[in-house]
Amino acid sequence: MGAYLTRRLVFSVFILWGAVSIIFVVLRLIPSDPARLILGSDATEAEVEVLREQMGLNESLPSQYLSYLGDLTRLDFGDSYRQQRDAFELVLEKLPATLELAIVALVIALVVGILLGVLAALRVNRIADRIVSVASLLAQSLPSFWIGIVFILVFARGLHVLPSGGTGTPAHMVLPAITLAMPMLAILIRMTRSGLLEVIHEGYIQTARAKGLSERVVIFPHAIRNALIPIVTIVGLQFGGLLAGSVIVEMVFSWPGIGRLLIESIGQRDYNVVQASILVISAGFVFANLLVDVLYGYLDPRVRLVTR
Amino acid sequence: MTTETAGVDREVTAAFDTVKRRSANAAGRRRIVTCLVIVACYVLVALFGPMLRKYDPVQTFTQDRLMPPGSTTSQGLALLGTDQVGQDILSQMMLGARVSITVGAGTLLLAGLIGVTVGLVAGYRGGWVDAALMRLADIQLSFPSILLAILIAAVVGPSVVNVIVVLAITNWVTFARVTRGQVLTVKNREYVDAARTLGAGHLHLALRTIFPSCVAPILVVATVELGHVILAEASLSFLGLGVPTDVPSWGSTIANGRDYLGDAWWISTLPGIALAALVLTCGLLGDAMRDRYDPKLRSL
Repeated sequence: MGAYLTRRLVFSVFILWGAVSIIFVVLRLIPSDPARLILGSDATEAEVEVLREQMGLNESLPSQYLSYLGDLTRLDFGDSYRQQRDAFELVLEKLPATLELAIVALVIALVVGILLGVLAALRVNRIADRIVSVASLLAQSLPSFWIGIVFILVFARGLHVLPSGGTGTPAHMVLPAITLAMPMLAILIRMTRSGLLEVIHEGYIQTARAKGLSERVVIFPHAIRNALIPIVTIVGLQFGGLLAGSVIVEMVFSWPGIGRLLIESIGQRDYNVVQASILVISAGFVFANLLVDVLYGYLDPRVRLVTR
Repeated sequence: MTTETAGVDREVTAAFDTVKRRSANAAGRRRIVTCLVIVACYVLVALFGPMLRKYDPVQTFTQDRLMPPGSTTSQGLALLGTDQVGQDILSQMMLGARVSITVGAGTLLLAGLIGVTVGLVAGYRGGWVDAALMRLADIQLSFPSILLAILIAAVVGPSVVNVIVVLAITNWVTFARVTRGQVLTVKNREYVDAARTLGAGHLHLALRTIFPSCVAPILVVATVELGHVILAEASLSFLGLGVPTDVPSWGSTIANGRDYLGDAWWISTLPGIALAALVLTCGLLGDAMRDRYDPKLRSL
């Protein structure tokens, strides 16, 4: 287990370095001048030149890259141009709101997804299965910003039962969390259904039935345990998807998280904040995957032996 | 006697299997054709729809603001209503279809070109080239693609061409992986060896001998990705990072309608239905193509 963990940890650091480098390349190598972008088109050449000097843009690219990496290891993302504050602090302040939303969405997706998946598998090819399949297809292909808007129309404007945006009470959480959960919910339904259908014909399930165990006991501890192993991987991959998806959902529901900060900072050309928020979201994504790898190695000892 | 019945049984089962397979094939073909017809309708509307009705993005018709679907305006019948500046929603949606389909097709071509080239080179050369290219793909996959798209789009600014480039950069990996996988399974087959023995060069081997067997999985991936790309364009435009404001895209029309949900539900909902139906059709088409031409891609 120790060697496995070390390998996964090294890989995560490697991936994080890759993500950091991609951000550097995108922000520095693109033909437009970052200093000009920040100041806008009405700034004079002299002003742009001063900012270029301040940002170190006049140095060579390799030395810019090294000082950028050095700054990141000290978690120094520079200051926000608009708010005159540390960009990283600004992002950290918004992190709890985004995490809260993502975790509630994750719980909704897990509970509802697994239950519906089990239901579909037990009633395979019957009416309940068909309904669940169609629902999961819809949940996967409907754009989340549109689902959010329809939810607002129906539950906030039409029925007046839930608030349309903002934060405060648990009721504010309901619509954004369900909207965010949708794509993951669809995947979990399908994975649970196919996973359970695969497991259900195995010998140990027949044994459990032959022992005279009730169907509920056969499904719930016995079959579901093996059916859930692939789901762990999906959850890890999708948790990053939830963090990324929250960018859009936060905009729809005016949720004060990192996603909204990111989009607003892009509008204000506040690139230090943009960079910090993207890195924090990516780090969350990498961390979730690492966590899953560890959990996976624990649940299914076979994967520890496979060198990747 | 028993062996005889067993033989008959076997024959019956075999015949039954053939019938089942045939009808499954026919059903698969029907699914593909139905989906293709729907996509073709979208393409036709995108091509010819905007010609039926002139649309000027900067013009406003204050007397026609927020008219419900079916009202008559100074511009004629507004079948799907008007928006906050009195523009016809149907015209915007037809132009939006044009944007979605242009971006979808352009992105697939560009991403496919990059991805297939990388996949062919990586799979064919192997060794450190393969390792380097596939690590690059791993890094990119570990980075949520919509986030990368947002980052690049924010830096390069809104334009249709930029959106295509951005989405191609975020989507080439799937093409590369599928092509590489297929190249690896094919490259040691006898017919490739035969071509090599006959003196075929690397380019000929890669493009004329190995590549043809990669076409089916690549087409399947392209169909599956089409829906994702169209959705990504709409998301970027919804966030104001996609196409410029004077080009009506489904995403930007939906975003505009967000402030008028109380008075005019149709601005945001109707383009969303058009978008959802197209994405859904692409998804179903992708599934049907995969089942028909390449069932082993199921995990995609």
